[in-house]
Amino acid sequence: MKTCYFRPLALCAVLLLTATPGFAGAEDVRVTDPWARASIGVNRPGAAYLTLHNTGQDDVTLTGVTTPLALRPEIHLTSTNAEGISSMRRAGDITIAAGESVSLEPGGLHTMLMQLQTPMQEGESFPLTFEFSDGGTVTADVPVLGLAARGPLE
Amino acid sequence: MMRRRAALKYGAVAVLAAGAGVLGRRFLTDPGTTPEAQDVLPLPLDQMSFNLTRHDGAPTGPEQLVGRPAMVFFGFTYCPDICPTTLADIADWLHELGPEAEQLNVVFITVDPERDTVPIMRDYVGYFHPLVQGWTGTPDQIARAAGDFRVRYEKVPLGGGDYTMNHTAGVFLFDETGRFATLIDYHEPREFAVPKIRRVLTPVTEERT
Repeated sequence: MKTCYFRPLALCAVLLLTATPGFAGAEDVRVTDPWARASIGVNRPGAAYLTLHNTGQDDVTLTGVTTPLALRPEIHLTSTNAEGISSMRRAGDITIAAGESVSLEPGGLHTMLMQLQTPMQEGESFPLTFEFSDGGTVTADVPVLGLAARGPLE
Repeated sequence: MMRRRAALKYGAVAVLAAGAGVLGRRFLTDPGTTPEAQDVLPLPLDQMSFNLTRHDGAPTGPEQLVGRPAMVFFGFTYCPDICPTTLADIADWLHELGPEAEQLNVVFITVDPERDTVPIMRDYVGYFHPLVQGWTGTPDQIARAAGDFRVRYEKVPLGGGDYTMNHTAGVFLFDETGRFATLIDYHEPREFAVPKIRRVLTPVTEERT
């Protein structure tokens, strides 16, 4: 679920990626396993998950996220304390070291999509653009799965 | 040289033994269940005393859960990450259990009664599994229910008038007598979760024989 490295290449094909040319850091970032759950209407926030791989020689810092789907997309971190209480907060900037990857997955980091502009319908997809401190961006096309989905399509 | 090494060895054994002795005494004097631990365990269902409304509009309460094993978890429908994930996990465990699962009462209780009205709960739980019931109530009723389960929750502003809820996220399992059996931690793998559920599906009387 976390990486595609050991799977046949075809299974990694969900990845649809464009990088803004001209930025050494961000253009080395690859996205795998993007997915999101369908929403019920537009009143509740949605969440999107994926893994960002920094394949380059330099560290990159993720500073923000944008999408036409939501007015307020933010990267949040869910954490559960020793007493079993879960909370969620803005993750702030996230540095991905050279050669490392960061997974946005249920119960941890996720892109929280607040103020949805349209419902997230199963079978559709939407673009999600990650912004990096070097000014570069990486856009992933995120498929919307069912409301009870538990992970990316195998 | 040999003698010195042997002495070191025995010395080390002596230190280890002393350490084990200390640990052993610690375990012996530890009463096992500290008062703090008791505080965080849910009451037995037959000692709870709250009233809520089921997603179909029927009045309900803890007495509805005694007589069959039960799985209960708290959350809210505006929760983007942990609650749909937990409900999706629960649906997955129920599918894995197959017809056995029908003995269970499966209940999702909201910690956000302001937004999670009866019709909202009805729409929401239907997406996950037909066995899942959604319970809601007035803020006071929810506070009472959460107190009985020793569940904590609080409202956290997100800006722009929006808010989210921090809350206890584990899934509680009760046996058919209403006694709290165990907790399934958030995102516990299926291979651990399903045997825990099977255990509460085994009647208490059968376990004892």
